[in-house]
Order: sequence, then structure tokens, then C-alpha cells
Amino acid sequence: MRQILTVLTLIIALAAPGFAVQPDEVLDDPVLEQRARDLSRNIRCPVCQGENIDESNAPVSRDLRLYVRERLVEGDSDAEVVDAVTDRFGEYVLFEPRRQGVNLLLYWAGPVMAIIALLIGWQFLRSRGRAPEPRSETLSDTEKARLDEIMRR
Amino acid sequence: MIVELGHFAMILAFGVALFQTVVPMIGAHKGWAPWMEAARPAAIAQFLLTLLAFVALTIAFVTSDFSVQLVYQNSHTLKPMIYKISGVWGNHEGSMLLWVLILTLFGAAAALFDQNLPPQLRARVLAVQGSISVAFLAFVIFTSNPFWRIANPAFDGRDLNPLLQDPGLAFHPPFLYLGYVGLSMAFSFAVAALIEGRVDAAWARWVRPWTLAAWVFLTIGIALGSWWAYYELGWGGFWFWDPVENASFMPWLIAAALLHSAIVVEKREALKSWTILLAIMAFGFSLIGAFIVRSGILTSVHAFATDPARGNMILGISVFFIGGALTLYALRAGAMQAKGVFTPISREGALVVNNILLAVACFVVFIGTMWPLIAEAMTGRVLSVGPPFFEQAFTPFMIAIAIVLPLGAILPWKRGYLTRAMRPLWGAAALAVAAGALAFAVSTGRSGLAVIGAALGVWLIAASVAELLLRTGSSGLTRLARLPRSDWGKATAHAGLGVTFIGVSLLMAWEVEDIRVAQIGDRFEVAGYEITLRDVRDTEGPNFLTTKAVMDVRRGGRDVATLYPEKRFYPVQQMPTTEAAIDNGIWRDVYLVIGDEQEGGGWAVRTYIKPFANWIWAGCIIMALGGFISLSDRRYRVAAASARRPRRTQMQPAE
Repeated sequence: MRQILTVLTLIIALAAPGFAVQPDEVLDDPVLEQRARDLSRNIRCPVCQGENIDESNAPVSRDLRLYVRERLVEGDSDAEVVDAVTDRFGEYVLFEPRRQGVNLLLYWAGPVMAIIALLIGWQFLRSRGRAPEPRSETLSDTEKARLDEIMRR
Repeated sequence: MIVELGHFAMILAFGVALFQTVVPMIGAHKGWAPWMEAARPAAIAQFLLTLLAFVALTIAFVTSDFSVQLVYQNSHTLKPMIYKISGVWGNHEGSMLLWVLILTLFGAAAALFDQNLPPQLRARVLAVQGSISVAFLAFVIFTSNPFWRIANPAFDGRDLNPLLQDPGLAFHPPFLYLGYVGLSMAFSFAVAALIEGRVDAAWARWVRPWTLAAWVFLTIGIALGSWWAYYELGWGGFWFWDPVENASFMPWLIAAALLHSAIVVEKREALKSWTILLAIMAFGFSLIGAFIVRSGILTSVHAFATDPARGNMILGISVFFIGGALTLYALRAGAMQAKGVFTPISREGALVVNNILLAVACFVVFIGTMWPLIAEAMTGRVLSVGPPFFEQAFTPFMIAIAIVLPLGAILPWKRGYLTRAMRPLWGAAALAVAAGALAFAVSTGRSGLAVIGAALGVWLIAASVAELLLRTGSSGLTRLARLPRSDWGKATAHAGLGVTFIGVSLLMAWEVEDIRVAQIGDRFEVAGYEITLRDVRDTEGPNFLTTKAVMDVRRGGRDVATLYPEKRFYPVQQMPTTEAAIDNGIWRDVYLVIGDEQEGGGWAVRTYIKPFANWIWAGCIIMALGGFISLSDRRYRVAAASARRPRRTQMQPAE
């Protein structure tokens, strides 16, 4: 059993991926490190399912995290870093789609829909305010029969 | 043998569902009472047969019958019993069977409890419910059959994904499905009403409890999933705007809107056709959600079965039900005449604003979730839409809702005045401003979120209290206990939303993180907490190996807790997991994670101080509790009670 345990522990050591940001990646300058964290939260891991590189365990994410930090240390602006990463991996890695071209539809859909809905809602509310009081309704024959049946219980 | 029995019961249930769809519908059309009545025994029989199938599958899992393919693929003899049972729905086929089981459960409940329903309406509701069963039983039988045997049974199974071997996730799917599928009742009522061509206050009173129940379960299900993500994934995220999460969130938003618009139909006979539309869309989004999860069309952490045949069939089912209902709606909605008259500043007006905000918020989530598909179709480029977009696009609607909600809740029906409605709320507003100022004073740096969240949260909670006090009037606190339960439920649910607001905003604004290499015996400080890595050792669990750290947490010279974060390895699935150790508290969680052993000695250690984290889920539970209280309101209980004692000789005096 001990032997099996040792072998399995070895497997763990080999199989366990490094998890998220490692201590050795962290930059000494806290301001730069914070910028790196903020940037990497919005960059998608290219091989995972919906994780950002800050959370991801995949080796490529580690490479990307290191790359982002390298560029920041060299003095790149946030936008330049994002552009450089996008050049390599494509738009897919951006969790925040660029505000240009077709994507403008995405960004405007919500506000435009809200305005339309509010206009329709306002129109409806005003029409309800002006509507005449409804006449009191009489019951239909089937409803009368049903009411009688209930009252008889 | 038991497995074959279950398989057979499932096929029989399909036959019963077909009968339940056709016979009562014809009966209601022709006015044949026995044909209409047939719906009730059919609904009950269908439930019992599906239950038998589900029990048979559960027995196969519990006894580790590896001659059944599904059990072989998702179970293991060493797995603890609770996960053998939860393994039944920890996979595509089994979870679909659970889906159908809950669908038939709601059908049977409708057949048993809604005794006062007009017979034609009941027959039609159950027939529509039956038709949904037909579609999903066909889906299970023909594309996702859980009962297939394998010719050469294996000696042991392949185990369940270790991430799913967790108490939070064991109960997450059943609650979620109770919510998703519960909305099918609102859908069936809506379609039946469209076929009948009438919607009135009574209709709304029948629909509302079903919707409320579904919404409560959905709230609990989503909260469980979020809580699980928080403690299991190892960095304490609680919401990722992942397509599958959004798939559960969209029906929740629409169901919340439906709950509120149904009140207007019930009390004022207005917003009828809009309520019908919401009832269709609420279940429609459940179906779209099922499609997103099961087809794997949008990659996600949760995606189960990514099989195009299944995806196509679910897409077909969704298109049939949503498209069919909307066509019927287009033909019939014009007949729904609004009756109530009211001015824009009124309870009705406020509920319209609530509906607009919730529906547009849902639309934003929908378009964000679908955008990768839409953009790819339009431009051929592959892109992603993630948390930054949703946070920007979605948050304004939630802020608007929180600002308007207390005022709307207090406005009278028909006609109100803002100044008068505001009068009992000034105290709450002052408290809210004070909370915002306090948050501003305490926080450093990115404080906008904390200030807004704290102020709005307190505004919601304090206004709920103020509203209850207002309802008691001058007669003092003794009346508080005698308020209708619906008032209590409403105030509780709204206060719960406030609690969640505070949790989400303060956690996101004030979280502190520390990543470092610690040697055994090292002591370090994070945000006033003194953490010591005392020991790290390797041990074994029932079906996993684990590296367990012993860490002491102290603050101001006092012991706070000793925590044991783990790093597990599940040999059968060859999968590592992190088990964070959390010291839960009302004001903060201390969240510790142990990482890899470093080459130069020592261990990677992550420490998080997460302020107000538990408020997020506490708020959800309070919201759900509010829903339950509202469900127990007299006007629903009276209907159920009179159903139990149908033959009263004497009329009771009205209370």
C-alpha cells in the first residue's frame, strides 16, 4: 500500500497542473502587479472552457500571464498589452469584445431596448389612465351554472 | 431485471403522456366530461411510472450494477453512498430522466391540488403539460436512454467527475430542475388560456403559486451552484457569467417579472397579454437553457453531453413549443382586454417598471450569451463575451430596480403620489445614505461599487421594515403578527435582495488577496490576520489521495481558527481538485488554499479575506424564504383547504 501511495504521489506531482497565479509570477511592484491582475482577468484562456488566464491552470495561461507581466515591466500601456495578446491569439481571448464594427450592436442593444421598452410602457400607462371605467360584467351561462354548483356544496 | 422494469415503465409513461395530450384536449374541445376527466388519472399514472423508472436507475447506481453503461461510466464502488445517489443525475442521461420526473411531478400535483379549476381549463392545462412530457420522454428514450446495458460488464466503474462529488452540487441540479420545469406549469396555463381565449383574475390566482414555487426553487438552485463555485473552484469566485449560468439566470429574471405581472392581473385585470407572453418566455428560456447546456454549442465549464443529435432534437423541441405558443399568442392575444384603470404613478405603474427592467436585463444577458454565435454568423470571426461586458451592461438595470423598488412596493393601487409614498421611507433613505457614507469612509481606492451597493442594500432592507410598520398602522405591533402572509413574504423577499446586494458589492470591492511561498512554520500577515503554516501532510480519503495543510489563523493575539486546506487527487478520473478551507463569518470569510510544493522548498499558499461573502447566499435564502411565506398566504391555503373538504353543508361566514 505504501508503495502504491508513493507511486500515486508521484503521479500527482506530475499530473497536477500549476494552479492560477503562482508566487514566482508575482511582480515586485504592487502597482504593476495590480495592472497585470486586472488585465489577465479579462483575457480568456485559449484552451480552457470559459476561464480567464488569471484563474486558469493551463500551461498556456501561465505563459500568457508571464507575457503580460513582461510587457508591463517593459513599459507597455494596458492597451498595448491587450493588442499584443490579441495579435497572437485573436479576438477570441478578449472577454470584453472591442467596441467597434459589429460589436457596437452588442453594446447598444441593451440601452436601445431599454429606451424602446420605457416608451412603450409609458404609452401603455398613459392609455390606462385615460381609459373609461369598465362596465360591470354579467356572468355567462356556464359560469352561472358553475357558481350554482359551488354554492350548493 | 429491475433495470429492464424501469426501462419498460419509462416507455409506458411515454404512452400515457401521448394519451394525456390527445384525449383531454379533444374532450375539452367537444365538452365531453369523461374525456376531460381522463387527464387526472393519466397525469398521476405518468408520474408513478416515471418515478418507477427513476427508482430503478437509482437502484442500479446504489448497487453499482456495472452492466448498465451509464452506471459504469459515472460510478465507482468506492464512492460514498451520497455520491452514488447524486451520480444518478450527475450525467446527461440521468439528469434528463430527473427533468422528466419533475415534469410529471408537477403534472400530478396540478391534477391533485387544483380541484377548483374549471374542468375545461384543467383538461387543457394537463394536455399541454402532457405534450411537453411526450417531447422530453421521446428525447430520453431515443437519444439519451439511461438504461442501455453493456455486453461485457466491467469489474469497476469510471467514477463521477470529482468536482461533482460534493454536497452543494449533489442538490444543485434537483432544485434547479424544480425551478426550470416548474415554469412549465405557467407555460401550460398560458397556452390553455390562449386556447380558451380568456384570462381573468382567477386564472392569475391559479398561475401565481406555481410560478412562485418554481421561482423559489430556481433561486435556491442558483444559490447552491454559486456557493459551490465559491468554495470548490479554489479562488472564491461566485458568479462567472458563463453561458450555462446565464441559462439558469434568464428564466429566473423572467419568472421574477412574471410573478409581479401576475399580481397586476390578479388584482387589477390588466397586463393580461403581457403576462401570458412572460409565462411563455419563462419556460421558453428554460428550454433555451436546456439547449445551451445539452448541445455544447457554447463552450462552458458545465457542458454535459456535446452530441449534435441531442442538440438538434432539443432545438427542435424548443422551436416547436416556443414557436407554437407564440403563434397561438399572435392569433389570440388581441382578445385579452385590459380592464383596470390607473395612472402612471401607482402600484400598477411601478410593477410595469419592474417588468421593463427585469425583461430588458434578461434581454441583455441573452444577447451577451448568444453574441459569440451571432457575431460568428455575421462576420465569421470567433470572439468571446465575458464578465466585463455583463458587469457593465447588466448592473445599471439592477441599480435602477433597487432604487425604484421600495417606492413601488408602497405606492397604492390605481393612483398615488410620490411625495406621500416617500413619507414613510425617509428614515430608510437616511439610513441608506449613512451606510453609503460609512462604506465610503471605510474603503480605500475603488470605492464606488461599495458605496452604491451598501446604500442600495440598506435602502431595500430598511424600506421593507418601514413598509411592514406602515401596514400595521396606528394599532401597534400586535397587528404585525396578523398581517397577511403575502405582506410578510413580499417584505422578506425584497429585504433578501438587499442582503444579496450588500454581499456582492462589498465582496467585490473589499476583497484582499495574498499569494506567497510559505515554509512550514512561517507566519505572515494578511489584512490584520496572522496566518501560520503549521504543517503539510499526505493522507488518504475513501476514493482520493490528499495533501492536507494545517494552518492557524489569529487576529489581535486571539485564535480565530485552525484550517485544513487540501489538494486532492482522484486516481480513477486522474483529476486533481483543490479544497479550500474557509472560516465562515458574518462579516468576513478567511479563505485559505494550499498550492504546489515549490522547488526551493516551501508551499504556494493563497490567502483571501472575503468581506460579507455569506451575505450573497444568505440573501438568496431569504428571498426564497419570502417566496415560501407568500406561498403559504391565506388566499392559496383557503383554495387548497376547500379542495380537501369539498362537501360542506353549511357556508362559513366570510372572515
